[in-house]
Order: sequence, then structure tokens, then C-alpha cells
Amino acid sequence: AFFWLVSLLLASLIWFVSVRLSDREDAKLQYGLLIFGAAVSVLLQEAFRFAYFKLLKKADEGLATISEDGRSPISLRQMAYVSGLSFGIISGVFSVINILADSIGPGIVGIQGDSPYYFITSAFLTMALVLLHTFWGVIFFDACERRRYWRLGLVVASHLLTSGLTFLNPWYEASLVPIFIITLCTGLWAFFTAGGSFHNILKCLSCKQEDDSRVMMYSALQVPFED
Amino acid sequence: MTELSAHLPQFQHGQLTENFPDNHLSNTNDNSERRRHDNSERRRNDNAESETNGQPQNNMQQVVEQDEEDEELTLKYGAKHVIMLFVPVTLCMVVVVATIKSVSFYTRKDGQLIYTPFTEETETVGQRALNSILNAAIMISVIIVMTILLVVLYKYRCYKVIHGWLIISSLLLLFFFSFIYLGEVFKTYNVAMDYITVALMIWNFGVVGMICIHWKGPLRLQQAYLIMISALMALVFIKYLPEWTAWLILAVISVYDLVAVLCPKGPLRMLVETAQERNETLFPALIYSSTMIWLVNMAEEDPEAQRKTSKNSTYDKQGHHRTSTLLYQSTPEYQDWSATSPANQTQNEGAEADDGGFSQEWQQQRDNRIGPIESTPESRAAVQALPSNSQTSEDPEERGVKLGLGDFIFYSVLVGKASATASGDWNTTLACFVAILIGLCLTLLLLAIFKKALPALPISITFGLVFYFATDNLVQPFMDQLAFHQFYI
Repeated sequence: AFFWLVSLLLASLIWFVSVRLSDREDAKLQYGLLIFGAAVSVLLQEAFRFAYFKLLKKADEGLATISEDGRSPISLRQMAYVSGLSFGIISGVFSVINILADSIGPGIVGIQGDSPYYFITSAFLTMALVLLHTFWGVIFFDACERRRYWRLGLVVASHLLTSGLTFLNPWYEASLVPIFIITLCTGLWAFFTAGGSFHNILKCLSCKQEDDSRVMMYSALQVPFED
Repeated sequence: MTELSAHLPQFQHGQLTENFPDNHLSNTNDNSERRRHDNSERRRNDNAESETNGQPQNNMQQVVEQDEEDEELTLKYGAKHVIMLFVPVTLCMVVVVATIKSVSFYTRKDGQLIYTPFTEETETVGQRALNSILNAAIMISVIIVMTILLVVLYKYRCYKVIHGWLIISSLLLLFFFSFIYLGEVFKTYNVAMDYITVALMIWNFGVVGMICIHWKGPLRLQQAYLIMISALMALVFIKYLPEWTAWLILAVISVYDLVAVLCPKGPLRMLVETAQERNETLFPALIYSSTMIWLVNMAEEDPEAQRKTSKNSTYDKQGHHRTSTLLYQSTPEYQDWSATSPANQTQNEGAEADDGGFSQEWQQQRDNRIGPIESTPESRAAVQALPSNSQTSEDPEERGVKLGLGDFIFYSVLVGKASATASGDWNTTLACFVAILIGLCLTLLLLAIFKKALPALPISITFGLVFYFATDNLVQPFMDQLAFHQFYI
């Protein structure tokens, strides 16, 4: 979360500087600068995700050397999941908390001609973004670990694409639906990257029956008689 | 007040001090023990503390092997301690932010403390800056004077004065400030209340708090009380310190913290070293500790005899000795034998009746079973001198980290001010919160690496301040624009 915040800080610094240097009155320019700022922010986020990966790798090695059995107590996949989740949480919270705080207060949504579905779409978008960050984290770390850099590029591209889709925003069909499709696909990709498979799912669902049969076995044991 | 009396280092056991600064591996004892200072340092007891009453540590080899194990255990269990500190710090901040957001009393300007006499409502920016600098200077000098006074009092063994001071300040917090707080909460939610009910509530709250904090009580309750008084103190600071003064004070106090703890002539360091020389526990006032600490001290005098003879010792039945415990603990301190506290040394008349703490009935039983074998002070000392292996059989989870309540207070002040006055509102609050926690993490990491007392304020407060100003001025307009167009990044 801290890393994400730092990336956001740098991105907003860049945006702020660019706005200061530019003409305030020109709305189109401001709009363009905003898009530029968003793109820079996405790239910086991914860069910091990479930096975090490097840091965790180092920490992983350290933990492995000092642990009793030579393996670190947390696997890289768990770290990937946690990192993605925390990026997602902080990103989602930063996007939505002020909106939530405003939604308590008195007011009418969209009275100035904007969409009346602002809050609900914000909620859905935030949810999608949190999930996406989690999935991207898993895929990213796995790609860095196995050095399949094309996957890395794909993650960055999909982040840029998602962010770009939100620029279409009052036109919710064009932005929300593709974003959710992207979320689903990324989710499946992350699931398979993390080692899941249909077999795993079936095994998980059928775990309960296995335990039951074991229980049956134990209950069939007799209590030994004592002399 | 409480904050000023918070400059009391906590020190648990006699450790040879000269070894500490030299070596990263704590090598004075089997237990890697670190000094700590309430307001600024943290200490962690990796293993059980075995206090050997000033007898020199003569088990260096064992110590070295133990150290490597200790280091592993340190890093291994470090995450758990970090979480153990995150939870109370977060709770304190949550209480402060919730109060600031709902009760408008604490954001209303109702005057200033006498420590900050210059007003900030001036015509020019320069005048305001000057006033705030002067305010901060006065406040910091008050703090420095109080700390030095405390060190002097401690050096000249005026323990009663210090105890009295601590009791008065905790009384003030628990009764008066919480009464005001309750009143304001009732006003905010328009709850009808009569004085009798309020009197009962405040009386119960305060008395239970005094007992929990200064004597004995369930651990969670004690922790809860310490969090509450830190939050109350932070709220007072947020209300009565004007804007620029507050930020300046935060910055200067973290610099002061750094200096006072790490410089050889710093007052806090001197306090800790004095405590070490005297081989006694400093009054564990205003410190949060997260796990149980097993203190095994060899008594020079019999605790039981002293219980009979002394009137002002604070032993309880199990030989606990608490001078004054505004201590935030996750499990109670347990002492097998009484510590050689200052109160002890005045009671030499108890020495003749020193039977090692065994009561008469127990001795009779023992005599009946195994024959009359007496343990003498010498034999007990000899036993104690043996390298104690107790820590290896100890549950390694029972090691704790300590954080001063002053740290809690200043963290909460920062986050509270951020939530009260930031234009970015929740974004700024969250950013400061994350920054402070990360600073705490880093400080604990440094503690694990350097293994000596460290100030907890500088890193966190620096991060917090940087993030506050950056988020408020840079990130906030950016996020605002993005949210306006409903862009997501």
C-alpha cells in the first residue's frame, strides 16, 4: 500500500507540475493533461509493483536463509497475492472513500446533468479495480519470477486499457461491461497462473466426502477391552 | 502533562551497559534485552529476562550462540510483534479520527494552552510564521525542562515525587478529560442525561482505570484504558494547538526525540543508564508493552518480611512490584522474586527475616518431607548464577515489544490533525495512517538490526508529515479531478 501511495504521489507531482506550467484556461488542454497524468500514474504503479517485487525477493532470500528448514515461511505466490490485494485495497479506497463520505450527506445525484448512476457505477468500478489489482499482482509476480516478460507487458497493457476505458465513463455500457469482461478473463488467467485447475476445483469440492469416509472408518474402531 | 511525564524510560533489568553500544548482537546476557524509553524508544525482550541482581554475566560463550539463535528468533517473530503494535496504534487513531469527525467540539477553536501563548490569527503570513515558531519553541523548551527535571529527580531518588506526579496526571486524564469528552459526545448526539448518572459513570470509569493502570487488572482492560487515555490526550492537543504550531511541534519533537535518545548526553539516555547502573526497573509509566515478560529476580531481602514491615512498598501477594504502572501490557509482568527496587533498599530491617520467600508452613512441609535443608542467601545466589536455561523452554511467542504512550499520542495527533484540517479529507487521513504504520515497521526493523533503544517518533512522523503535505497539496487536486470525471487509475 505504501508503494502504491508513493507511486501516486510521484504521479500527482508530475501532473501538478504539468498543470502549473500549462495554460489554466484551456479546458481541452487540462483534459489532455489529466489523461496524461492518469497514464503516467498507471505506468508508475506498475513500476513500483516491480520494485516491490524486487524488495520481496530480497526479503524472501533473507527469510529463507535464517529459517530452520531453508525455506521461507511465505511462498512467493502468497506474497504476490498479498501485494496485489493491498495495491487493490489502497487504490480502491483512495478512489471511493470521498465519494462514500459524500454519499451520506444530503444531496441529489446528477442534478447538474450528470449521470444519476454515479454512485452505483463507482462502486462497481472500484470493485472491479480491486479485483483486477489482485489478479495483476499474482500474474505480475509470476511473470517476473519466471522471466516471461511478455506477460508483464500484457499486464501493463491491460492496466492501461482498463484505465483508458474509464475515460469513456458516462457511457457506462462501453466502459463497465468491457471492464468486467477484462476482470473475469484476468481472474481466470491469475487462477491458472497460481496453479489452479479444474482438477483442483473438483478436489476442493469433493474434499468433504473424503473426510466423511475417514470418519466412518474411525467410528468402526472398537474400544479395546481392559483386563 | 501526561506527555511531559512520559519521558520516563522503561528499563527492566540490570544489563551491563557498556556492551550495548559496541555490539549489534546483544551480548550481555542470554536474553537479548534492549533498553527502552517510553516516549521514544522501544524495547523488545526476546527471551525471558533473567535478572541476576548485578552479578556480572559470566556466560559469554553461551551468549554468543544464543545470540545467533536470538537473531533468527527475532526476525522470525518480528512480524508478530509488528502486528501486535499495529493493532493498538490503529485503534487509538480510529478513536481519535472518529471523535474528530463526529464531535465538533474538538475542532472548534476555544483558545489556546498557556504553553502556546502566541496567537495565529495575525494579519500577515510572516507574523503567523513567527508566532508559530515561538509557540513551538516554548512548548519544546517546556518539554526539555520537564525531562531534565525528571532525570534529576530520578538521579536523586525522589521517587515519591515522581509517583505523585504520575498519579495526579492519570487522575486528571481519567476523570476530568473523560468527563469533558463524555459531555461533548452527549451534546453531539443530543442524549438527555442527568448529573447523577454521569457521576456514577465517570466515577466507575475513573476508578477502574486507576486500578487497572496502577495496580492490577485484566490485560485487555489495561490496554484499552491506555489506548483511551492516549486518545484523550491526543484530542486535547488537537483542540488546543493552533495549526502551524502543531505541525512545527510535531517536527521539532521528532528531532528532539532523535537527539535525546541517541546522543550520549541526551537526558533520556542518561536516565536509562542511571537505571541500569542501579540495576532496577524504572517506573514502567506510560509504556505500552505487548507481551508477557517473565522477570526472575533474586531477592536480597525477603518480600514477605517486607510486606509485613513496610508500609509503602507496593508488593502484592505474588511479590509483584509495581512502582507505578501506566504500562500497556498484553500480559501482566510476573516477578518471581521482588526486584531490588529503591523501596527495598530502605528496609534493611527485613534482612534478618530473610527466609527466601518461603512461608513458615511451606518450610515445615519441606522439613517434613526431605529434612531440614535451608537455602541461604548464598546458596540462592549461587543457583541464580548458574546460566539459566529457562528461556529455551519458554514459549518464544512470549516476547514483547514496547512502545511509549507518548508515541501513541503524537501519531494520533498527526492523523487527527490530518482528518480535521485537510482539504483531501479521507485521502489525506489514510495516507498519513499508512505512512505512520510503515514508519513504525521500519523502526521495528531497525530495532531488530541494531538491537538498541531507538526513538520511535522520527521516522513515522517524518513520513507522516511528508505524506500529509504531499497528499493535501498534490494528490488531492489530482484525485479530485479524476473523481470528477469518474476516471480510474
